[in-house]
Amino acid sequence: MSAERVIVANDVRKNYRGGAEGAGLNGFDLEVAAGTVVGLLGPNGAGKTTAVRILSTLLDLDSGEAAVAGYDIRRQAREVRRRIGLVGQYAAVDEILTGRQNLVLFGRLNHLSHAAAVRRADELLQRFSLGAAANQPAAKYSGGMRRRLDLAASLIVAPAVLFVDEPTTGLDPAGRIEVWSAVRDLVGGGTTVLLTTQYLEEADQLADRISMLKAGRVVAEGTPDELKAELGADWLDLVLADPAEVPRVLALVERLADGDVRVEDLRVSIPVKDRTRALVEVATSLAEAKIEPEDITLRRPTLDEVFLHLTGTGV
Amino acid sequence: MTSSLGWALADGWTVARRTLIHWRMQPGIVIFGWFFPVLMMLMFGALLGGAMEMPDGQSYYELLVPGIFTLAMLFGLEGTMTAVATDVSKGVTDRFRSLPMSSAAVVLGRCIADMLDSVVTLIVLIAAGLALGWRWHGTLPEALAAFGLLLLLRFALLWVGIFIGLSVKNVQSITVVQVLVWPVGFLSSAFVMTSTMPSWLGAIAQWNPMSSTATAARSLFDNPGAVAGSWIGGHAGAAAVIWPLLIVAVFLPLSARRFRNLSR
Ligand SMILES: Nc1ncnc2c1ncn2[C@@H]1O[C@H](COP(=O)(O)OP(=O)(O)O)[C@@H](O)[C@H]1O
Ligand SMILES: [Mg+2]
Repeated sequence: MSAERVIVANDVRKNYRGGAEGAGLNGFDLEVAAGTVVGLLGPNGAGKTTAVRILSTLLDLDSGEAAVAGYDIRRQAREVRRRIGLVGQYAAVDEILTGRQNLVLFGRLNHLSHAAAVRRADELLQRFSLGAAANQPAAKYSGGMRRRLDLAASLIVAPAVLFVDEPTTGLDPAGRIEVWSAVRDLVGGGTTVLLTTQYLEEADQLADRISMLKAGRVVAEGTPDELKAELGADWLDLVLADPAEVPRVLALVERLADGDVRVEDLRVSIPVKDRTRALVEVATSLAEAKIEPEDITLRRPTLDEVFLHLTGTGV
Repeated sequence: MTSSLGWALADGWTVARRTLIHWRMQPGIVIFGWFFPVLMMLMFGALLGGAMEMPDGQSYYELLVPGIFTLAMLFGLEGTMTAVATDVSKGVTDRFRSLPMSSAAVVLGRCIADMLDSVVTLIVLIAAGLALGWRWHGTLPEALAAFGLLLLLRFALLWVGIFIGLSVKNVQSITVVQVLVWPVGFLSSAFVMTSTMPSWLGAIAQWNPMSSTATAARSLFDNPGAVAGSWIGGHAGAAAVIWPLLIVAVFLPLSARRFRNLSR
């Protein structure tokens, strides 16, 4: 295996015992180059957590092969564990212990001496801006703080590969921004990161490459720019006041659309290439036709639309 | 220490220390846990003590105290279950499993912490029992042997707790087990001599592992209620060793399998 690729997964399959048919992974492939951040993007139930748990040796696979940091995840699980950090979907910190006590505990379990574990804990608390809360029980932390403590706990012995499973699901916007900046700092340090997310924006913000996961398979892969280029359009949404206006509006906007216009009740969604020009032209033509929409907005494609575009089926 | 056994022991102690820090962080909860059996002792002593006909006009506490010791070992099960199930549901167990430490250390840590907890529980109970007039009338080595049998029972039940903790889908369903612990405790010779029960019920109670330990402890303490007319009662000393070993023989492998199944 090439030294460049620190995560390789080949046709990995996993069906949970007693789980629904097809739930899990159904031929999962992945290649992650050293020092990059790969975003595993997919809706709820796509198999993101399953993939992370298999690659971090917590879950057995049924068939296929995978290696992390050059070690087979089944036959050399302990070697893999020496080289990975895991931030699970739910912040796995001891809530009764303080932030510092948590980090010292996990430092000791990483076989640091007591003095080294305390030193490392203090470094990490500073780095993740938890110094002020170091001596408070983790139960008192906000969601964002808990996530950062969780990140710190998985970085005690600088791992070669870090798995981060849905780091911002359930966080408020402030917490999300905190976690994003923490992940960006890591990447500056050269760690290879596999990050899963349900949010296109998050993958776009943090990842060098994105693999899109659907029903346990990767359906598209590329840099965010490549995927966006493939997707092309932003969307201009109009919400009309009167159903009778829909056909007239369709006629007006047709020439501006970069793809099929979609209608859903009173909402008309127009794929557009040049955002500003499209907005101005649509607004002008509507004004000329004396149509006053309830709402007019420009937006990035939703995950639904990305999947629709790439696979021809909805999520 | 570089051997893997050495590391397993060191990691086990680190995991156990985590529970000791919990005690320091939440002293109220732990201290309540240690005094709850004392409360039971006082309650049952006061409620049933008057109605109980004891040989030679002895105090009911002579019979009750070893029974409460046994019951406290049974109730320790709840703490084990809850701790194990909470760690699984909060992802802490997964974090341990993703570390390059032996999985035996996770369980070993639980064992050390819970056994320490039970030793403290026993010491508190012994002090309370002595204050209420209970005495051991045998030798000190005999008394120590009795405490050894009690802790052996606790060690066996630890594996039941680990097994249930790893098996429940969520921490709430543990309530069911917490309720079921009571009839198991009462259907034994912990509070009354089984000879006072209807004969079929007495027979069941006699075969309850709790009864074997309670009877064996009473006999070693030279407290009343030790002699019973049944075969199992007559072999309480042996039964108080065999029952726990049987429980371990069943539940240790089951727990190990559950632990491995976390990855299925
Ligand atoms: N322990 C389990 N037993 C049975 N089915 C499961 C289990 N865990 C996950 N699944 C199913 O496997 C599929 C993928 O789950 P998951 O990997 O958690 O998805 P994601 O993290 O992308 O939301 C889902 O359909 C889920 O219901
Ligand atoms: Mg998930």
